[in-house]
Amino acid sequence: MLFHEMNTTRRTPNPRWRATMLAAGLVAAPLAFAQLAVEAEKLYPMTGDLKPIDAGVVLCSAEGKIEKVGKAADIKVPAGYKRLQAIVAMPGIIDAHATVGLSGILNSDKHDQEQLEKSAPIQPELRAVDAYNGRDPLVRWVRELGITTVHTGHAPGALVAGQTMILKTDVASITKAEDTIRPFAMVAATLGKGGLAEGDGKAPGTRAKSVAMLRENLLKAQAYQKKLAEKDAEKQPDRDLRLEALVAVLRKEVPLLVTAHRHHDLAAALRLQEEFGFKLVLDGASEAYFLLEEIKKAGVPILVHPTMARPFGEHENMTFTLAAKLHGAKIPFAFQSGYEGYVPKTRVVHFEAALAVAYGLPYEAALAACTSGAAELLGIADRVGALKPGLDADLALFDGDPLETTTHCTGVVIGGKVVSSQTR
Amino acid sequence: MVIALASGFGQETKPVVRAYVGARIIPVTAADIPDGVMIVKGDAIAAVGKRGDVAIPAGAEVIDLKGKILFPGMICTHSHIGRVEGGDRSAPIQPEVRVLDSVDVLDSSLEKARAGGLTLVNIMSGSGHLLSGQTIYLKLRDGNTIEDLAVRNKDGSVAGGIKMANGTNSISGSPFPGTRGKSAALVREQFLKAQQYREKLAKGGDDAPERDLAMEALVEVLEGKRVVHHHTHRHDDILTVLRLRKEFGFRVVLHHVSEAWKVADEIAEAKVSCSIIFLDSPGGKLEARDIEWKNGAELEKRGVPTAFHTDDPINDSRWFLRSAGLAVRAGMSRQKALEAVTIAGAEMMDLADKTGSLTAGKQADFVILNGDPLSVYTRVLETHVEGKKVFDLDDPKDRLWAEGGFGAGHRRKAEGCCFTK
Repeated sequence: MLFHEMNTTRRTPNPRWRATMLAAGLVAAPLAFAQLAVEAEKLYPMTGDLKPIDAGVVLCSAEGKIEKVGKAADIKVPAGYKRLQAIVAMPGIIDAHATVGLSGILNSDKHDQEQLEKSAPIQPELRAVDAYNGRDPLVRWVRELGITTVHTGHAPGALVAGQTMILKTDVASITKAEDTIRPFAMVAATLGKGGLAEGDGKAPGTRAKSVAMLRENLLKAQAYQKKLAEKDAEKQPDRDLRLEALVAVLRKEVPLLVTAHRHHDLAAALRLQEEFGFKLVLDGASEAYFLLEEIKKAGVPILVHPTMARPFGEHENMTFTLAAKLHGAKIPFAFQSGYEGYVPKTRVVHFEAALAVAYGLPYEAALAACTSGAAELLGIADRVGALKPGLDADLALFDGDPLETTTHCTGVVIGGKVVSSQTR
Repeated sequence: MVIALASGFGQETKPVVRAYVGARIIPVTAADIPDGVMIVKGDAIAAVGKRGDVAIPAGAEVIDLKGKILFPGMICTHSHIGRVEGGDRSAPIQPEVRVLDSVDVLDSSLEKARAGGLTLVNIMSGSGHLLSGQTIYLKLRDGNTIEDLAVRNKDGSVAGGIKMANGTNSISGSPFPGTRGKSAALVREQFLKAQQYREKLAKGGDDAPERDLAMEALVEVLEGKRVVHHHTHRHDDILTVLRLRKEFGFRVVLHHVSEAWKVADEIAEAKVSCSIIFLDSPGGKLEARDIEWKNGAELEKRGVPTAFHTDDPINDSRWFLRSAGLAVRAGMSRQKALEAVTIAGAEMMDLADKTGSLTAGKQADFVILNGDPLSVYTRVLETHVEGKKVFDLDDPKDRLWAEGGFGAGHRRKAEGCCFTK
């Protein structure tokens, strides 16, 4: 039989397939919008019960959308479709919180580190689109490993560091809003030691001061929002970009992303959310295991810290079992690569998901937390995260279990276009 | 014997005999045994073989390991656990400084290393110096003092190497070198002094020099008694190490060797060993821009003895086996990748006759795994050093070190009233 059970060890695809994949890669540019058929021994659509289809096929339209998904036996690949084969295929992987494109490979402060501006504690007006370098080698690095969508932007480190955005990893330069999925995805804040200003006499210098400043600014934004509602043109306020960004939070147009690790900082974020009624997304959340009920009750999702985050400082009480615990508590969560100040300069989101499986998270839940579940959490499930008709034709191809260390990513498709046919 | 001295278990008159039965045994230096038996007598491995081939001694405690994997205790050739410190900022070359005098063996990082399946580590000071101090080889026995854990040379002295570095980390403001050329010149100058010191020592009599701790350490390096563990990343820095080695004849292990793939032929020709690291992405510093997962495969192709290291906290000790997975992903053979986390490291520390494989006569340093060592899903269930269990996943206190949680980040074991729950 052509298709057979996959096990966790890596196998080499049929040489004919590999040749086809190579050919597809070599001619990828001129065939950018050719119709595409992806055939896999095991296909993870990441829909319904999240179970894979044995011997599955995905048809992609010339417009870069998914047309059909199903068993090879039920779907005839129309003539003229470019065929790609893999042992395993799944939706392009989503990194639900990264800094790639802003925090560059060289780690040179003046040259390629754009993720944190330290001149003021609260700068929600800083836009990720103005800082993103899609040609940084780390963007390519994650793309060739199967990551097709990143939620990236200003990093933790200031009380309010700036904005984040969501885009595909094949975007080299942003020239218009449509180059992104969301040009303005969230406002990134940090509570706890990680959000304090450096230096004596600088604010915020304590946890309580951080929350007081955040509250004060949200109150200002409420007042600004009220003025904006005035019908009398003369009573309209002068434009204030900082307050505009916070008004977007108050209007629930974008969530406030609060990076916090200590349980008391997480509790402070929940308090603020209750007070101002914004959409809250918790990030990192090392000690969330103390507050599962409260988080669940507040309906707040979590971008869980990388499983391999270093267990020091605010992270010191982190556990590798957090994702499993959140899953058990039915709290929505997604995996992230996070921010790294040294080496490795970026983590790889599905490597983090893999270890969560080793520490108790069911396998399909781990895949979901970097595909369909991540898309839902980020509010982009109408575009990416699953293989179903109408969504973007973003796929990652592997020669074995996508989460296994020894498996290679053998192809990446974004918007129906083969963007990598490397074996990585 | 060693365990009796080291751990105060001298009361035992007859060594405990344990038979580990039914595991897939991966001895590393011999073929895998699908249904194996390993006999441990006291602190040593008495026998390893197929079920049926190995007699289980009368009175032995039999441990059923069906479905499990028996693997050698892992060896990290480059670690910074135990809050190690080396030289200070007063000078770029400080051979007299011993990390022996700084390591906190009660630090939780050692517990985490045991939870990761490590049984032997080379603890080193940092790379911010051309020479930051004498390293120490520790067996991760349970113990309260560094002497309890230290590996001893035949003459009773504490075993270890010396840590050197080149490239950007050791370049800094005065009195540190400002360039690569100056870095090499300063090292050369010190080795010349050490040669002269050694000559004077040899002559003795009136010419005998006064004791100089720095020179004594460098003389040990010149005589090959102390291996140089040399941090180096860029291709040209790697070649500088090889040049200095040729000039002064010291024994060297190249560490990190990010650009090994660029000068793999030269490394092979020099017949030196490499201890390499695997990072989930390149970069983070200029010198690691070109690091490649294929380093392991490229070195293997040329027959270069290669071990892996954690550089903990760069890679947490609990993720050490992922290095082998990434190496295989990039073309290294399974066999060499498994050697690189076990026996290869032992060889670089001159301890391959004692540990690094499951071989009769060696110290009983081993781990029990619940799956294949290359799989990301595999967990370390138990770690044994010299026949004594030092980590057990089923023990809630140990589980904290394995998985993290409240209290796991505390510097010391959390055994008081309020931390464990």
